[in-house]
This record gives sequence, structure tokens and C-alpha cells, in this order.
Amino acid sequence: MTEVTLSNVVKNYGAHRAVHGIDLDIQHGEFVVLVGPSGCGKSTTLRMIAGLEAISGGDVSIGGRIVNDLPPRERNISMVFQNYALYPHMTVRENLGFSLAIKKKAPEEIIAAVDEAAAILGLDELMDRKPAELSGGQRQRVAMGRAIVRHPDVFLFDEPLSNLDAKLRTQMRVEIKKLHQKVGNTIIYVTHDQVEAMTLADRIVLMQDGHIVQVGTPLELFDKPVNTFVATFIGSPPMNLIDGIVRGDNAVELHAPSSGGLHGGLTIPLPSTARGRVSDGQAIKFGFRADNLMPMGHAVEEGGERTELDLPVTLTEPLGTETLLFTEVAGTEVQAKMYNPRPVRPGETLKFQLMLDKCHIFDAATSNAIRG
Amino acid sequence: MDRNLTHRNRRRVLKAVHFVALFLTMAIICIPGLWIVLNSFRPTVEIMAKPPVWTPSFTLDHYRAMFGGAGEGGVPVFSYFRNSMIVSVTSTVIAILIGMSGGYAFARYRFKGKGAYFVGLMLFRAVPGVALSLPLFIVFARVGIIDTHFGLILAYVAMNVPFTVWLTDGFFRQIPKELHEAAEIDGCTRWQAFWKVEFPVARSGVASAAIFAFLTSWNEFALASQLTRSVGSKTMPVGLLDFTAEFTINWGGMCALAVLMIIPALILTFLVQKHLIAGLTFGGVKG
Ligand SMILES: Nc1ncnc2c1ncn2[C@@H]1O[C@H](COP(=O)(O)OP(=O)(O)O)[C@@H](O)[C@H]1O
Ligand SMILES: [Mg+2]
Repeated sequence: MTEVTLSNVVKNYGAHRAVHGIDLDIQHGEFVVLVGPSGCGKSTTLRMIAGLEAISGGDVSIGGRIVNDLPPRERNISMVFQNYALYPHMTVRENLGFSLAIKKKAPEEIIAAVDEAAAILGLDELMDRKPAELSGGQRQRVAMGRAIVRHPDVFLFDEPLSNLDAKLRTQMRVEIKKLHQKVGNTIIYVTHDQVEAMTLADRIVLMQDGHIVQVGTPLELFDKPVNTFVATFIGSPPMNLIDGIVRGDNAVELHAPSSGGLHGGLTIPLPSTARGRVSDGQAIKFGFRADNLMPMGHAVEEGGERTELDLPVTLTEPLGTETLLFTEVAGTEVQAKMYNPRPVRPGETLKFQLMLDKCHIFDAATSNAIRG
Repeated sequence: MDRNLTHRNRRRVLKAVHFVALFLTMAIICIPGLWIVLNSFRPTVEIMAKPPVWTPSFTLDHYRAMFGGAGEGGVPVFSYFRNSMIVSVTSTVIAILIGMSGGYAFARYRFKGKGAYFVGLMLFRAVPGVALSLPLFIVFARVGIIDTHFGLILAYVAMNVPFTVWLTDGFFRQIPKELHEAAEIDGCTRWQAFWKVEFPVARSGVASAAIFAFLTSWNEFALASQLTRSVGSKTMPVGLLDFTAEFTINWGGMCALAVLMIIPALILTFLVQKHLIAGLTFGGVKG
């Protein structure tokens, strides 16, 4: 059983604190994705787990064993780097077998393990080539092969797909997921791409500025973001956020960010989930996803709280099954979705319905979500 | 149409200019060497003839004399060659070991005063060897290592280390640190990661540093002429002086010895050339 546990892990680079006391419990066999904007400390955290970076405080344990001061080779982990870090002077076969050769395993054993990994990743044809003679996708595969050859307790991935083109990236994403289902090891995967995080993760760890902001399944983060950062980071297009002020106990007045609520904005009902949790005059951010604002007359599920708005469409983005509509609510640009496409002229005003029960209310001062 | 033509003509002219410039440069580099080789095979009269003799005749006299007895213009070629070899090879090996460690440290580690230290090393390299010859002579004489292989090796190591540090630092810097990290995760110690991964990848860089160090020692004259006295320690460049007498210079003999000096350097360069040109293959990283 190889759980990975971080408790109060800190990393300082001189006076700069890159990771601020992280706590994280990763179960055996779990696929955990660390995601967040560039520079938020994901790689640093991963490298501390790998032992490539000394930890400045706290404890890292792998399989119940505290590994704070163990060198990487004694942690029984393997890692795939963003630039693959294949050994350029070795053939693919030698690259794959390197870790076993270092451990002085018997040649037959090495050959068997290398062949097994090669078969899993479809590398058989490439075994005698040097890394320079491989395409980006093939290098990526070799890097993964090198990681699985020695059956580590934990796989670490640091943005393994970001050097690939979009198509290959999607393809490799599927392969990584299949690989996880096949070998079943614990995987800790770092990416800045929320799509990768959503599609791969059993559990997402969303980081910002060296802190963990939210941990949960992809759907938890999507449906119940704890603050506006999570709300706008997860999901594409990002959640629409509009400044608002609570009026009375069951209305919200939406207004443009610059107006400060002085001029009368657009008043809509306060979603019932938020009633009693906000007070009259409280400044909030009102959030909803594009899917929850759609033109009337679409066959959508009945019931639920909704409100109707007349909004001008400024731009359309047809995406095939759906069309993104850019429009404006109380002076803030928002995106809406339309599922049965019909031509919409820019400038045309449509009647939209907003699903109030799917909306999110955030406190404007703290950015934290207000929900039951 | 017209414009096409002018552009094509211009390209032709540029090509011609390029070729001529290249030819002149190569001529300037190669003619002195060629001259030495030619002269080593010509009778002394012909070398000194004024006006010059354009159709050279061929003789092995200078070589015969050089390997001959001490009385007939012979010099202890084999001793000089052996001294040169011992001094150059040993000092190169030592300088590479030290310089490579230094270069690696500069490329991989952060430490206090790194920049200043590096500049200091380079400045040290900028001091001309001749300027050091007198102080070195005095110090070596006091310590008692004048006229020994050891003394010369010491001087050459000091001369070559800064350059080797500088060169290998550049090569190691180009190797992504992920390579040794991957090796360490694969089970290597830091030491193994260096020898099994980083060193082989930087091999061409180390080879070029080695050839530079070797040639510097092999050709060095100013220091060697001061620090060596006897047949037991004189190197080939110093040996060339044996052909100068009080009033005459035996140009033919000197050229013959110079040819013998050039040959090993040439062979070495050809052997290592593959590494020099191959450059670093960074196929292992990125796409
Ligand atoms: N070797 C280092 N020295 C100093 N600061 C570093 C070093 N490595 C990373 N940092 C800083 O730590 C923070 C987190 O970096 P990193 O973990 O690489 O972010 P990312 O989430 O993009 O992977 C950044 O602000 C970065 O500038
Ligand atoms: Mg990173």
C-alpha cells in the first residue's frame, strides 16, 4: 500500500516562500492532479515528493515511511519530465533498461521487463533508435516506458504533455488514463491545463500562490467551487462573474464593475439557496456558467428557479454541437450557450433564461462562495 | 523579370566574393604550415636562395642529419618527443580532471562569490605566459623543480585549467538538469548520474577542451624555454632552438623537427575531430 502524505510541507527559496505548508493525503492507487496557474508551486511540490528538492519544513511520507531526507533513488518513485529527459546517448532499449541495469538486475530480467514495458506502450519498433531519431509523441512514450519498467510505488508526472501538439496531447491523455487503469499505481500528475486535470483526475488539487485552494473530485470543483478563483479556473469557458449587491432578502442588483452600484443596475431574484446567508446591502459576485444562460425556446428541462432576461448578442462562436453567444449583463461581458444552432445576427436581442438554482454567490470582499 | 535578373546576378557575385574570401583566409592559415613542410625537404642552399627557386628539389638530408650523431647536426629527437609527450599528456589529463570538475560546479551549483570567482579564473588566463616566466623560474629554482617534467606539468596545468573550466562550464550548462535528476530517480547516486549520463553527453565538449589543452602544452615555448635546460626535460618547441648556432640558423633542420611536431597534433586532431564536429546531441529532451 503506497499512500503519499504531505503534512505542513513548506518550501523556501531564500526569502521567497514557494510552498506554504501544504497538507495532502493521497490514497493508494489514486490519480491525483495538481493544477494551477504557472508559478503556483506545483512543480516544487512534486519535486519535493520526488526528493529532487529539499523540503524546508513539514513531512513527506510515502507508504507510511517518512522520506524527508531520503535521496530520490531510495523512494521507489519514477518521474516523467516535461522535456522527457531521455538519455540522448542511449538507445530506447538502454533508456528503458537503465534503472534496472543500475540496480544490477540480471540481464534476462532486464530484457523481460523492458519488453513488457515496450509492449504496453507500443515501442517495439523503436527499440534500437536514439532519442534524437524519435518524434515528440514517441519520446513521450519512451519517457513513460522508462517510468513503468521498474514498477515503482508512485508515478510522478510534471506537465508531460505540454510539449505535444493539441491532437497528440488528447491522444496521450487517453493513454495515460488507460495506463493507470492497467497498472493501478498511485499517480501524482502536475499540469496547468484544467482540461487535463478534469479528464484525468480521481481528485484534483487546485493550487494558487503556494497554497492549496480546493481539493476534490473534478465534479466537486466544477459544481461547488469554494471561491471565485476556482470558479474561473475550472471549466471552459470560465464561469461568468458579475458584481452585485444584495437588495432586501430576495433580490440582487447586478451592476458594471466600475459603477460601484451607484447607478441602478439590473435587478434579478436572489437564488433561494443563498437566502438567509447574505444580508441586505452586501457586495457579492454573482456567478453562473455559460450552460446556465440560454436563449428561450430551447428544449431544456422544466422546473427549477429561473429568470428571464432580454440581452443583446454581440458575437457568436459556433462550436458544432453548441454555439457560444457573447452578450452583456449589466455592463459585464458574459457568455451563454445555445444547443440547437440557428443563425443569430450580432446586435440581435434575444430573450434568455438564467437558471437561478445553478448560480453561485461569492462574497465580494473575500471571494469565498456562499452556499448551503 | 528585370528585377529577377539583377537579384540573380547579385547572388552570383556574392557567391564569388564569398569563395575568394574563404580562399584567402585558408591560404593565410595554411601557407606557413605548407612552407615548413616544403622547406624541410629542400637543400639549405635552395631555402636561402635569392631570388627564390620556384621548382623545389627533394632531399631527406635534414631528416637524416637530425637523427644522426650529435656532431653532424643531430638533435636528441626521441628524448624531446618523449618529454613533450609526457608533459603534454599528463598536464592535459590533470587539467581536464580538475577543469571538468570546476566547470561542472560552475554550471550546476550555486555558491557564494561564484561570479567573481569565475571572472578571476578568466583574468588569470589573460596573463601572458612570458610575464610569468621569470617569477616562475625563481620559484621553481628555489623549490628545486626547475628542469623537471613535474615543474613543467605544474605550470601547464595552471595554464590550462581556467580555459577548461570555461569551456566545460558552457557544455554542462547546455545539458538540462533533468537528465541527472532522471538518472537519480532511476537509482543513481549523484556521482553515478554524472559518470553514466552527464559525462557521456558532454563528451564532445570535454574532448574539445582536451585537444585545446593538449595543443597548448604541446606548442608552448616561452615558459618551457625558461623552465627546462637539459635533454632530460626539454620539449620539442625548445628543441627547435638547438638548430640555432651563434651566427647561423639551420632552417632546414628546424623545419624538419617542426614537421615531426606537427604530425602528432594533426593525428590527434583527426582522431578527435568526429567528437568536435558531432557536437551535442540533445535529442533526449524536448521535441
Ligand atoms: N530554483 C528556484 N529558485 C528560486 N525560486 C524558484 C526556484 N524554482 C522555483 N522557484 C519559484 O517558486 C515558485 C513556484 O515554482 P514552480 O513550482 O516551478 O511553479 P509551477 O506551479 O509553475 O510548476 C515560483 O515563484 C518560482 O519562481
Ligand atoms: Mg512547473
